[in-house]
Formats: sequence, structure tokens, C-alpha cells
Amino acid sequence: MPNIALGWLGEHVELPAGLTAEQLAADLVRVGLEEEAVHGPTVTGPLVVGTVVSLVKEEQKNGKTINWCQVDVGAHNALDEAGQPTLPRGIVCGAHNFVEGDRVVVALPGAVLPGPFAIASRKTYGHVSDGMICSQRELGLGEDHDGIIVLDRLGFTGQPNGTDAVELLGLGEQVLEINVTPDRGYCFSMRGVAREYSHSTGAAFTDPGLVETPAATADGFAVEVDDDAPIHGQVGCDRFVTRIVRGIDPSAETPAWMKKRLTQAGMRPISLAVDVTNYVMLDLGQPLHAYDLAKVAAPIVVRRAVAGETFTTLDDVTRTLTAEDLLITDSPDGARASRVQGIAGVMGGQVSEVSATTTDVLVEAAHFDPVTVARSARRHKIPSEAAKRFERGVDPMLPPVAAQRVVDLLVEHGGGIADAAVSDLDATVAPTPIVFAWSETARLTGVEHPRERIAEILEQIGCTLTAGEGDTVTVTPPTWRPDLTGPEHLVEEVARIDGYDAIEPVLPTAPGGTGLTYSQRARRSVARALAEAGFVETLSYPFVGVAQHDALGLPADDERRRALRLANPMSDEAPEMRTNLLTTLLGTVRRNVGRGFTDLAVSEMGLVTLPREGAPAAPRLPGGRRPSDDELAQLAAAVPDQPRHVAGVLVGARERAGWWGAGRAAGWEDALEAARLVGRTLGVELVASNDAECMPWHPGRCARLSLPSGEVVGWAGELHPQVLERLDLPARASAFELDLDAVVAASETGPVQATPVSTFPPAKEDFAFVVDAAVPADALRAVVAGAAGELAEDVRVFDVFTGEQVGEGRKSVAVALRLRGATATLTAEQTAEVRGRVVKRAAKELGAQLR
Amino acid sequence: MSTSDTSPLSPLDAAGVEAALAAALAAVAEAPDLDALKDVRLAHAGDRSPLALANRAIGQLAGPDKATAGKLLGPARGRLNQALAARTEVLEAERAARVLVTEAVDVTLPTDRVQAGARHPLELLQEQVGDFFVGMGWEIAEGPELEAEWFNFDALNFGVDHPARQMQDTFFVEPPAGAEASGLVLRTHTSPVQARTMLSRDVPIYIACPGKTFRTDELDATHTPVFHQVEGLAVDKGLTMAHLKGTLDAFARAMFGPEARTRLRPSFFPFTEPSAEMDLWFPQKKGGAGWIEWGGCGMVNPNVLRTAGIDPDEYTGFAFGMGLERTLMLRHAITDMHDIIEGDVRFSRQFGMGF
Repeated sequence: MPNIALGWLGEHVELPAGLTAEQLAADLVRVGLEEEAVHGPTVTGPLVVGTVVSLVKEEQKNGKTINWCQVDVGAHNALDEAGQPTLPRGIVCGAHNFVEGDRVVVALPGAVLPGPFAIASRKTYGHVSDGMICSQRELGLGEDHDGIIVLDRLGFTGQPNGTDAVELLGLGEQVLEINVTPDRGYCFSMRGVAREYSHSTGAAFTDPGLVETPAATADGFAVEVDDDAPIHGQVGCDRFVTRIVRGIDPSAETPAWMKKRLTQAGMRPISLAVDVTNYVMLDLGQPLHAYDLAKVAAPIVVRRAVAGETFTTLDDVTRTLTAEDLLITDSPDGARASRVQGIAGVMGGQVSEVSATTTDVLVEAAHFDPVTVARSARRHKIPSEAAKRFERGVDPMLPPVAAQRVVDLLVEHGGGIADAAVSDLDATVAPTPIVFAWSETARLTGVEHPRERIAEILEQIGCTLTAGEGDTVTVTPPTWRPDLTGPEHLVEEVARIDGYDAIEPVLPTAPGGTGLTYSQRARRSVARALAEAGFVETLSYPFVGVAQHDALGLPADDERRRALRLANPMSDEAPEMRTNLLTTLLGTVRRNVGRGFTDLAVSEMGLVTLPREGAPAAPRLPGGRRPSDDELAQLAAAVPDQPRHVAGVLVGARERAGWWGAGRAAGWEDALEAARLVGRTLGVELVASNDAECMPWHPGRCARLSLPSGEVVGWAGELHPQVLERLDLPARASAFELDLDAVVAASETGPVQATPVSTFPPAKEDFAFVVDAAVPADALRAVVAGAAGELAEDVRVFDVFTGEQVGEGRKSVAVALRLRGATATLTAEQTAEVRGRVVKRAAKELGAQLR
Repeated sequence: MSTSDTSPLSPLDAAGVEAALAAALAAVAEAPDLDALKDVRLAHAGDRSPLALANRAIGQLAGPDKATAGKLLGPARGRLNQALAARTEVLEAERAARVLVTEAVDVTLPTDRVQAGARHPLELLQEQVGDFFVGMGWEIAEGPELEAEWFNFDALNFGVDHPARQMQDTFFVEPPAGAEASGLVLRTHTSPVQARTMLSRDVPIYIACPGKTFRTDELDATHTPVFHQVEGLAVDKGLTMAHLKGTLDAFARAMFGPEARTRLRPSFFPFTEPSAEMDLWFPQKKGGAGWIEWGGCGMVNPNVLRTAGIDPDEYTGFAFGMGLERTLMLRHAITDMHDIIEGDVRFSRQFGMGF
């Protein structure tokens, strides 16, 4: 994001004396330009230019090699016997990217670098190091350059030793880095920021974009636009200005002030021609390109690429182009449009790069379609400074102005001569006027602005107003504001410049809703019930991978392995969306166990993603219009089911040991009970059955849970010992997982219909049956309940045992039956009759023998 | 006095009866416990006691003597029985009190056989946020987390080529076999719920949408690729930015106390125009009360209303959104995102059931 140097900004707008970057930030944020950071002044004290006059490499005991350098820092040198500063300073330096003779930046004792880091003479590696040779990072100039600064490589040449480097590098000035929202492309320039500062403060602003420029001449460099595949019907290039400067001295230096500003802006000085184009871009916002005129053959043709065509960009990467890429080409040997010179608005190439021998320069200042540039920049992953600006919209009136500035600077600093030939291919369209109702600002902001104030603000931002019909005005936005396309945009301009603080808060009165939905209330109850039962609620990332499925022992054809994959996952190990909660919840359990919590109950509630076999891709539909029902159905068909699940895991003790005696380890029954608790909370009796296996559960200690309708909604029980071993979790850990949405849906059956409560005394009958060991206890309970019929108030299995007395393959199951009459006390005969019926039915249906 | 080595008490011996009663009452009064009292009862009121034997002897007396003896012995025995009953009551009460003392326990011992559970604070916060909006008559809307790009972007005026669409750091779903793109993303904000709601419900609409959102940010102390937002949307006749500010201020007070308020700064979002960043006045700010960024908001872009089939000339709307992790961190002085996302039970336990 753009760096705003105060001194530079002050060339276009009046700044008050003593303005700080903090105050500038406060002024700009009022109109919507947010502060990203304030850089500098970060260096105080002596920081000077020096030349390394000798460099001795010394190997240290720790294996490191240091450089023992003598650095000539001019007037800052140590004094000789005659009291003259002739003795270079001895400095120890650990970096190795420089050699004797290089000119470097030296922080002398007394200097304070960003950190803050105070420099002093110090003994190190057997020498007295009398200062420090600095890197860009140490000076707060950037993060991405390792090693120390070699001034000549940065383009700073000629400064004598001892020159103040704080001033040279612009480190004494504050620079405000701002964040520019996508609608404010024009603020990627000093011109735009200066204008906004003026809007915020009323300071006098001089628009450097409104300069007279020479008209196109017949002998201008030939340019043609040949767009046979416009995107959204927009021709890729609607303006192309060229200018020529001849006779530039190839050895001409970029002036130090310009290098400093480029450095402050975060760019690297390269050569005069390149620096000038970058500088003008930063100042005005118009991306520019300088070609070596000798290497460009007329005509320049702007055309779309042929799919598969290749081009090597300036950064030495060869790119395969697509038919959407817009290219700048030229016509060597009369072969029209045969040679690619650049991807329009994104990056140029090496063919016509300005070199150390270039004397004649062709300047390009063009205007490209934002969508075309954005797509190319994205496709080729080149977020260049030019692309950043073009994709946000550049003022189409700028090209001749910017080109003139480049010409002027090349003439001034390169000794060149401006060629009279100018080409200006101009197919730009004037901004579309907006019919604006004066009442619109009040309708959207609630503030009644007087018409004069609205007009004043709109004119201030560059709009042209003409009287409209009735209570409207016709507003033509300025060319640098392509984002202003409707009345609502104009309202925002009025509101932001008038200040959002002028809007008085009013609490709206909603018409009254229906509260939380049934399902929202149900989920709250379940979450609360589990927490009350001792579960700690957690959240985990929904990303999983094959390794996790493997750890859970899911069979190769298990449905839960059929997961949606992300194209750009955070980690290649976990590129899929979870299809169940346990996979990720067990990760949470492992983390807790690893941190020493071996008695745990944790739960999670969240969505899982269940892809539908053969689901189509979601259709691409435009915004701005309501999709048809058919289109909405297509969208719905593409979005996978994402039911909400709830899961819990128990590890270690369910009840702790204490003064009361031993604890009780959590087991399959606790997991099952937690699952049943979820059902019970919602008034749904979950039915457990023994008849199926499911990884990651222990095959013999796992319940399949169903709704009364028979629909399977989950599993509960002890986890498989191998799974626990693989996950390094304590033995006997247990878990449950339920499709909560399904349970909630089953529970929504309308109000409970109450049965009258009988006040007659109960009769209690206990049975001890011996049955085959394979008979589920619940089957026996069901038979007893069924046989007891209406009189049964409660049936409960209260004991089970096996052993010699019941015989091999048999078990004893004890059932307590509580009977009660609805209208009278039960007689002994009635109770006996029920008892007889129960015994008979149990024998008949389950082979149960009364003990 | 023993009954075995003296002659039986005559039922007409007034002094003797008086003496026997006095001896009996003294023994009752002196009985130290219920066992002793049992012996006293046997000795002085039992079948073989002097008074009982004397009473029995009345039967052998002549007529007038019977009455005299009866008047002598009846009240004496009555007084003894009263004394016995009273003493029994006292001794029983004493015994009961003694039992309670011996049954005393150390109530400072731990009682938590089952460890307490706890809710996750982010879930609690979402419930609290929901309660606030429901209290204002709004409803809570929800939608899928893995969403069609159209709902996440296009319906919200993020065109395919809009730079803002690239700035969202979106997770994309791999295309199905044979397709170039899946058209599916992990929602980058809860705004698609707004789009879905506007398409499926009639105006006026007043909804809040809390939920999980995703962006490809690396996890660090203040960022997480999986996070939570709450967004609000109101579409009605006559809604303005004044109503937006009123709602935000009320919500800020609900979250941060009566001193809280909000401030708007111009900004840009494709789905709102005018748009604003929202700052919160935060009295507990480190280094002194001040403004801190809390979220974004604005008036619903007419294009978004049109996409939902709502006439932007008739209806206006406002929308806002804020990060729940950030809200949680501010409210509870949480300094590291890791604590929120790692699921360490110690973190959730601090919040208990949310009270």
C-alpha cells in the first residue's frame, strides 16, 4: 500500500508547518484513507556514508567468519597525531555481501537505529568495533533485503565519505503508509492523497493532473489497437500516448532527491529512465513504461495473445499466455504485431528494456481495461505496481500529462531532447452523468443536507453539476473516479466529506420477530445439557486428511472418506472438509492429554460436509439481478449437505477417586448415556442396538443409535483399542457422535400430550430370567413391557450376571416392573395375572426361564 | 430402696406411698440416660414395683378402704408416669442431639466426583449476541459454511473481477471431475446468509447471522483461518445510516457496558454504499481508553437489493459485521488466539456455563 512522504505530499497541497505523520493519518482517516503504519524518523545521531578501505576475513572459534573492516567516513574518521580526521574507523561486520572499495552506510557511536538500538564502541571478536555497517533491515528501510547496504547498488553514487546518510536515505522524514480501499484507485498517487487531504482539511490543493500537453502529431510513433476479444465488451486499451526523448546521456544519474523519494515509497532506484517513470507513476498514479527506442519497431500493436504464445517478462520468467492476455507488441522487419514487448498494464519484457547504452527513449502512457489487467496479473501472479493501479482504475486523462512529466524530467536530468512527435490514440469515453435526486442523501443518511452543501461537496471532489429535471441534478463524475456510478456513491461522497459524525444515532424499531427457532433453542439446550453432565465444549478446525481417516481405521470404502477437497488448503496434510466431528475432536483430546489432562470429557457441536455423489459445479451467475427459480435450484444442488453433528469423547476417570473411595473409569456406557442425554434433552428416546460394527469403535462395545422411526443417527461406545493405540490415547476411551439435525427434526413433534397421573398405590414385581447370552437385555425389557400392557408404569433392567449357576452361554437378567391402575388399586389377582402373562410371554418369545 | 428385703407396702400406708413415690421421682430425675431410665421404670413402675404391688393389693381391701387406697395410689402412680414420660423426652432429645454431634463431617472436603463441564466462550458469546438481537425483535438466520461462490460474492456485488474479491483470501473447493471450477468456497464472511435471507423472506427483514467463517490466514496470536463473525441486516422502508448508528451503539453497550459507543469512518465494501469502518470506544483499552476497530458496516448497496428482488427505490437497508474472536478477546482480555482455538479444557473451564 502507498507510502506517503510528507515533503512530497506538500508539493501538491498546503501542509501546516510541523505536521506529523500521526496528524496526517488522523486527517486522512476521516475521509477514508486508513493508516497502515508510520515509518520513521527512525534514525537519529551520526549515520554517514563510508568507503570500505580494507577488509580482512577472520575465522572465529565458533565457526563464524567475521570481517574486520577499515572504513573511511571522511570528517568522522579518527584523529591522527596532528589532530586531523584521517584514520579510518575499525568496524567488525558479520555480513559478507560487500568487498573492499564498496560504499556503505555507517552508524557511528551515538547513533540510535530502529528498535531502538543505540550504537556504541564495543569490544567484540578481539577488536574495538567503532560503529556499525548497516543493512536495510537495521535502518527500517525494508525487510526483504539481507546483507548490508552497498550504496552504489542502490543507485546512490558520488556522495563523499562522511555525507549524512539520514538525509540521503530520507530516514529523517516520517512516512505514512496508508491502506487504500479498492474503490479509490486514484489514491495510489500523491495526487490523489493530496486531494483527499484537501477534502479533509480544506487545505489548498493544486491538481498536478491538469496540465496542458501537446496534441498528437502526424509523425507520432505509430500505435494501433487490435482487440478481437474484448472482455465484457470492453476494448482492452482505450488510450495510448507515446513520447520520444533522444540523446539522453546513458551515464546520467537519477537525482538524489528522486532516489530518496523512491526509497521512501519502497521502490529501488534502478536507472534514470526507469526511475523517472516510477517516480511519475507514484506522483500522478499513471503507470508508465520506457522503451529503448532503438529496439522498438513501429507500429506498436495492442492485441490479445494467441493461446499458448510465450513471453519472458522482465523478471526473467517465461510465461505461457492465454487468449485473454492483452499484449503490447511491435513489428520488427515489417512483421506486424509479431514481437511481444509486454503484458499490457502488468509487466514489460527484456527485448526493449532500457540499458546502460540507451540514449533514445520511447515513453508509453496508456490506459487499459481494469478487468483485463486484473485477470492477467492474477493469472500470472504478477501483482506489479502498474497492475495494482490499472485494476483499480486509472484516470484516462492522465496519459498525456504523465508522459509530459517523464519527458520533462528526462530532459532536465538526462540531458535529452524532447521529440516533437507525439502519438495519442484516444478512444476514451466521458464518464456517464448520474441523475441525482437532492433528497437521496437524506434518504440514505438521515441527515438533511442543504442543496448548496451537497453541490459544494460534489464539486469539490471534481464532479460537474448541471440542473436536472424536477428535484434532481445531473452529476458528471471526474475522470479519476470511475467508482462513482450511481446516486448511492454520490451520497457516500457527501456523507464522508461532511463527516459521518454528523449522523445522529436512532434505534430502529423492528416489527417484532418470533424469537429463536426451534432448532436454535434445541441446540442451546443440548450444549448446556452436555456441559452440565461434565463435558467441556471445544471447537476444532474442520480440516482433515487421509492420515486421520487411516488413524481412525476407516475402511477404504467408508462413506466418511468421501470428503470435499479444498483447492488451496492451509496444509497439504489436511486438504479435506471433515465428514464427521470425531476426527477433529480426537485431535483436541490428544492435545489435552498431551498437556497432562488424562481425565477428560470434551464435546463439540459443528457442521460436517457431506458431498453428494456426482453433484454438479455451482453455476456462475451474475449479480445485480434476481436469479430464476431454476438457477437458484442449480445453486442449491451444488452446495453439499452440511448437517450439524454433536460428538463427545471421554478419557480416564468419569468419577474421580477421592475421600469417598475409588473413582470410576469412563466406559462405553458413559458415552452411550451422553448420546442418550442429547436425545432425552430433546424428548427423543434413542434406541441402541448391538447388531453392527463401526470404526473407530470397539466392535463389541459399540451401539448403533436410531430414532424410534428406525433412522440411524449415530454411534456411541468404547473406541477401538488399535485406534487408541495409534492416536496415543489412554485405553478404554469412549466416544459418541450424533447427527444432531436429525435428532432435532425428530423431536419437533408439537406439544407433549399429557397422560393423567394415577394416585392409586403401585404394585411391584421383580423377575429374574435366564436367557441365552445373545439375547439383548433391552429385548427382554421390551417383552416384559409388552406383556404387562397398560398397567405397566415402569420397566427396568436392574441386574445382569453370568456364571456357573446360570450355565454356559446363558445369562441372568433381572427386571423390575412397576404396575399401577389408572382408576383403581390393583387387586392381588390382577397383579398375579400380569406376572403370569410376563413369564409366559418371555418364555415363548425369548426362551426365558424364571429362576 | 429395694423391694426384696422389706415387707410389701400397704396400700393404706400414706406415708409409705409418699416415700415410695418420692424415691421413685428421685430415681427418675437422677437417671442419666435412657438405659438407666429403663431400669428405674422397671424398679418403680414395673409389675413388681412397690407401688404396683400396693395397687394390686387394693383388690383385697374392704369397701371403704378400697376407696381410700385408690385415692392414695392413683395420683401417686400418675405423677410417677408423668415424670417418667417427661424424663424420657428429655433423655431422647439429648440422645438425638448427641447422635447429630457424632455424625458431624468435614464439609470442607471436596464433593466433585464428576468434574464440572463448561461451554466454549465463543458459543456463549454467539448465544448472548443472539439474545440481544432477539430482544430487539430481530431473528437469527443461518446458512451453510461451505457456500456457493455466487452467494458469497456475486450476490453481494463482488463481481468476478472485483479487486475486493481477490482480497478476501478465499478457500476454494476443488472442482468436480471434468469441471473447471467448483463454484464453491468456504464462506469468507457470514454475508451469504444475508443474501439467502433476502432471497427467501419478505421485507421487512431484521436479522443477525452469527457463524463460522474462513480465510486463508495463518494462525497467529491475532489471526486464525477459521473464525466467527456476527452480521446484522435490516431492510425496511425509511431506514438510514442513523438507524445503523443507533443499532451499533446499542449493540456496543450490550457487549461492552454502558460507556461503550461507536464511531464510523468512511471505507469501502462492495455490498454497502455508503460504507464505513466502525470503531468502538473501549474504556479498558491498554494504555488508556480509546477507539479501536471493531467491524464494518454501511447501507446495503442497491445492487444487492436488486439481486434479491427487492426494489431499492422503495426499500433501504443497513448491514454490519464484526469478528467474534476480536469481540471475545476485547471483553475477556484474551491475548492469544491459540487459547480460543486449541480446545484446551482449562480455557473453556474459566467461562463455566457463561455466568
